[in-house]
Amino acid sequence: MKHIYYLLIVLLLLQSAMLWANTTSSFTISDKPWDKGEALILNWNLPDGYDRLNLQKADSLMVYQDMELDEPLVSGFVDDNLDPDETYHYRLIAYNDALADSIFIEAQGQPKENWFYMHKLSFLLLFLILGSAIVFYVMAARRGKDFYIRRISGLDSMEEAIGRATEKGKPILFVPGISELDDIQTIASLSILGQLAQRAAEYNTEIIVPCRFAMVLSAAREVVKEAYLKAGRPDAYREDRIFYLTDDQFGYVAGIDGIIVREEPAANFFLGSFYAESLILAETGLSTGAIQTAGTANAHQLPFFVVSCDYTLIGEELFAASAYLSRDAQQVGSLKGHDFGKLLVILLIVVGIILEIAGQGWFKSFLMGAGS
Amino acid sequence: MPDLMNTIGIWLAAFFTFCIFSFLYRDNPFYKLAEQIFVGLSAGYGLIYVVYSTMVPNLFAKLSQDFSGNLILLIPFALGLMMLTRIYPKTQWISRYPISIVIGTSAAISVMRSLKTDLLLQVGATIINPFQGSTASEISGNLLVIIGTLCGVYFFYFSKKQEGLAKIPSKIGVYFLMVSFGATFGYTVMARISLLIGRLEFLRKDWLHIIN
Repeated sequence: MKHIYYLLIVLLLLQSAMLWANTTSSFTISDKPWDKGEALILNWNLPDGYDRLNLQKADSLMVYQDMELDEPLVSGFVDDNLDPDETYHYRLIAYNDALADSIFIEAQGQPKENWFYMHKLSFLLLFLILGSAIVFYVMAARRGKDFYIRRISGLDSMEEAIGRATEKGKPILFVPGISELDDIQTIASLSILGQLAQRAAEYNTEIIVPCRFAMVLSAAREVVKEAYLKAGRPDAYREDRIFYLTDDQFGYVAGIDGIIVREEPAANFFLGSFYAESLILAETGLSTGAIQTAGTANAHQLPFFVVSCDYTLIGEELFAASAYLSRDAQQVGSLKGHDFGKLLVILLIVVGIILEIAGQGWFKSFLMGAGS
Repeated sequence: MPDLMNTIGIWLAAFFTFCIFSFLYRDNPFYKLAEQIFVGLSAGYGLIYVVYSTMVPNLFAKLSQDFSGNLILLIPFALGLMMLTRIYPKTQWISRYPISIVIGTSAAISVMRSLKTDLLLQVGATIINPFQGSTASEISGNLLVIIGTLCGVYFFYFSKKQEGLAKIPSKIGVYFLMVSFGATFGYTVMARISLLIGRLEFLRKDWLHIIN
């Protein structure tokens, strides 16, 4: 009998709690976790009977303004595009049309920037996998493992081009692109310049390097100087043949065209980042009969090089060139790491497509989340 | 006076346009003149532009307004001064430090940017259900995107000799690349023609007043 009383008391308490929950209202605001502090999560709980909601946010003068919402309010809302550490004040107004009644509740919240952004997890994972692969292959190459790199015809031509310049007694022209040193293509181009300058020094062939930017000029001079030292010909290094022309894109091109038609280099190398000037340079070089090798990762300029140059390094081949030419263990290891990355990309695409066909969109969302 | 200067400017622009066009025939003294004036003027203009658009607002103005609050700017300023040590052969080694910093930071920033834009977003854009399209052309377009991307990536795989079966996707990749190059070529030629039209319009409208 005593147990029945206890049970009744518990049931009564539960009933009261439910009634209380149905008659009380709450409006809470919390920071959105794992983000860069640009969003707040608004949640509310209203008694039954309230059929219309209006959400307002206070402006800088603390005047509440209606929020323009794309979707109807149900029980929660995420307000994004906010500033971190700013305090935002909200007011929720609920209307009961039947009773001609309304209530409003105010709350405030502060978005906080987090150390980790969860939507970028795929970015981190890919970065770690690719980074580990590159480190692994570099270490393996340093330990003496011999990695195979397939033939890249555009790079095999380098010897031929230098040989031809040597035979004709004419210089080699090297254009490191028109971008600054902060472009990865310019850095790749300067790596190739080092290899080319070393061969040119060995053959005692002059090399001309016109530069568009002061930083590129300084780096190019350092690279060529080191190459001549490596070749044991520091006396043959001529600093004045690596020179600054102008910062202006077409002024730079006009200057190079002048060099091409007047000095008539036997071999032209256009390697780096190129834009609208690519065809102007390559056509002028073609008119002088020079053997031409070009390479860029700017896909929209590649067609012009393909039609007017003897050899073209397409995109990724430009970045592989330095490893291919030098066979340096570190660079070859790095190239192998990149190749691992390409296989990983193919695998991700294939798995992703299979999952998409199966109606499983989470994989794509996970990957694309990092792009947002 | 402004009208006279404007007229002189138009005549000079027309003269130099013809000088540059004369290169279509062969290298000649007129082209040399235009080229060297262009190179010299643009280099001089570039220097002044950098001083007034970068150094003055981003460095000198900030330091003169609030020196203690902008102490961090002294680091790039010092790196810039270190670059000037290239003037003397004995101090040239100092300039290697700013060059190294620029190359190192550029490479690091590029890795993050490329990983996002060139890898993740591209992979995500290729992950599509090819049969989701409503028309046959849409479905075949989806399939072409997938096959072209996979074969194109495989073409740049350097660790395997491209022979036998491995040659097939590589060949397909090359065909896709060449087709895209052809399309880009045509598109860009059209854009260049519009540049030529712009120049001819200048000559006929501003210089000769033949057209309105």
